[in-house]
Amino acid sequence: MEGFWIILVAILVSLNNSLIGSFLVLRKSTMMADAISHAVLPGIVISYLLTKSVSSIYVIMGATASGILAIFLIGFFNKTAKLQIDASIGIVFTFLFAIGVILISLYTQKADLDQECVLYGEIVYIPLNLIITKNGLILGPKSFYILLFILILNLSFIIIYYRYLHITSFDESFASTTGINIALWNYLILILTALTTVASFESVGTILVLSFISIPTASAYLICKGLKSILLLSSLLGITSAVLGYHVANFLNLPIPGCMSMIAGGVFIICFIISKVNLNKF
Amino acid sequence: MDIINLIYRDVTIIYITLGIVLLAASSSIVGSFFMFEKKSLVGDAIAHSMLPGLCLGFLFIGNKNPIYLISGAFITGFISMILIDFISSNSKLKIETSTSICLSIFFGMGILLLSITQNSGTANQAGLQHFLFGKAASLLMNDVINICILSSFIILCVILFFKEFRLITFDKVFAKTIGFPVKVLTFILNFLIILSITIGVQSVGVVLMSAMLITPAAGARFWTNNLYKMIFIAANFAIFSGIFGAFVSYTINQMPTGPCIVVFMSILAFFSFLFSPYKGIIKVFWKRYTYKIRIEKENILKFFYEVGINNKDFNHIISFKNIKTNFSFISNNKLQRRLNTLVKSGFLYYLGSKRWKLTESGKHMGAYILKLHCLWEAYLTKYLNIKPCHVHEDAESIEHILTPELEQELISLVGKEFPDSEFYDKNR
Repeated sequence: MEGFWIILVAILVSLNNSLIGSFLVLRKSTMMADAISHAVLPGIVISYLLTKSVSSIYVIMGATASGILAIFLIGFFNKTAKLQIDASIGIVFTFLFAIGVILISLYTQKADLDQECVLYGEIVYIPLNLIITKNGLILGPKSFYILLFILILNLSFIIIYYRYLHITSFDESFASTTGINIALWNYLILILTALTTVASFESVGTILVLSFISIPTASAYLICKGLKSILLLSSLLGITSAVLGYHVANFLNLPIPGCMSMIAGGVFIICFIISKVNLNKF
Repeated sequence: MDIINLIYRDVTIIYITLGIVLLAASSSIVGSFFMFEKKSLVGDAIAHSMLPGLCLGFLFIGNKNPIYLISGAFITGFISMILIDFISSNSKLKIETSTSICLSIFFGMGILLLSITQNSGTANQAGLQHFLFGKAASLLMNDVINICILSSFIILCVILFFKEFRLITFDKVFAKTIGFPVKVLTFILNFLIILSITIGVQSVGVVLMSAMLITPAAGARFWTNNLYKMIFIAANFAIFSGIFGAFVSYTINQMPTGPCIVVFMSILAFFSFLFSPYKGIIKVFWKRYTYKIRIEKENILKFFYEVGINNKDFNHIISFKNIKTNFSFISNNKLQRRLNTLVKSGFLYYLGSKRWKLTESGKHMGAYILKLHCLWEAYLTKYLNIKPCHVHEDAESIEHILTPELEQELISLVGKEFPDSEFYDKNR
């Protein structure tokens, strides 16, 4: 049963991240996901200090708030101060992360909150954090429901606004000539990224979030041409690497996040070779 | 005994500070070149990619000898950098995507190897944890000596190859055509960058290392356009934050050194973004604001002059209501303020009860703006073959920007056909 929940959560994480990641890869801003997932640290620490509990909804809200703060700071420095985008990402997320680390070491010495769990995540402990009704009925882990909610949000957003997302991801200048507000869509995508990142890193850690956001989608992008096929294939590859990674980790007794990202890396190498072979033939 | 302890601690803090300052200075110097190549985030990826190398060095040698750890970290960092370049130049993926791919694959590998080292049960593997978040406050004499030697080596190399590095950073093609060994020089620069990341990761940790590289450089970029001066300012920012960060973390209990330095660097950088007199945010906003006011004032004068033309009487008196109908997008308050400043600078007479008329200099000013407007319209119709009915919009915005030199140029281009204000009236 525990394995079932872990796989289910991992599949939800990979689905969420592949869907959002496809748009990030097309917009060349996958490193924003890395930045957001580091920048959530001060939000987590501050809301922990205010509420004194690690697993409350306030922690998720705090994390989302500081992720969104990071998005707007990066956008502000990039647009207003004309600072190149990679530098503004690098400066903002390291600053927020440093503040988070300082807050942790100053105020939470005895608390069960350390920066390593942010980096690694605790997918093994997912089955321990269950929602149990008054009758004693076990409904499953909490992160499952959070991720399910985010998945519904992501899917409905993508389905409803598919045309806008499609056009702004592939041809920004054309989109702006047709009167679409590019900045608005960019920010909406990034806010969804922040939500997805926060919901997933609680269970799998920042690095696995980044690998699920970038690797399956980049592999799909290498061999597919349309947006629909990229979305489908990246979700498929993400689920494959999640399930395979879990079983390999169990078999070899290794940490699950590491195995999942290694399997995803293997998938990427295969896709890279396939794309090269295709190019050489035709 | 207490005194000896205190002196010992003071000596410790002095050499730790020395190490940190040298480290910060050297990484900000090579980081400046890195930032100009638009590779700021590659530094982050390289730092993360060092984890598997550290673990491998530890696994193979079995003790925490820093030389093996450093070389292991250096090698995987270098492999990751090569892979990032390889993927982005051999596929349609851009450098941002290949950066995040390499970062996550290498760090995933690092997590696997870390768990293997932890399972192997060697006593002092706990030290590896330091590489994630840094251990600046607990640097040993040996570490500091290593840092000093390597940082001085990096700084020396940059001083020696400064001209070459500048050339390959800004214009690789030109460097190649005049016969520079671009590949060798790029290799040396990358070597120095990875070396500085390797020694930095030990003291400030994986995540904050990229800040050490780019934050001072990005801040310094806002003060000058000269690379030499910029690197000098970046190094000073780094030294300043190194000293203050070490001092603050020494005086406040439990304050970690690395994050403290990074916060100081970020504050300096944010200060530069805001207050730089060349392109700071406040300066940009101020420029935009004054420009907007100037345009509004010029448009008001032009409006007065046009009314004068239409009525064949430049002493025509105009009430606030009339002005407002033409400038409905400006609020009443603002419009009143613009009119007041125009009166103060002698372009308008105020006749009481919200009525104004042009002064002599106001007339000249309005005529001048209208002349620029007509010149531009004539230029567009003559040289760009745009129909006269389409040129008005463009001239509306260009009339505020044209300088006297451009005006002369336009007059000589448009020549005898330069129309008077009648041309303007005809085409409205």
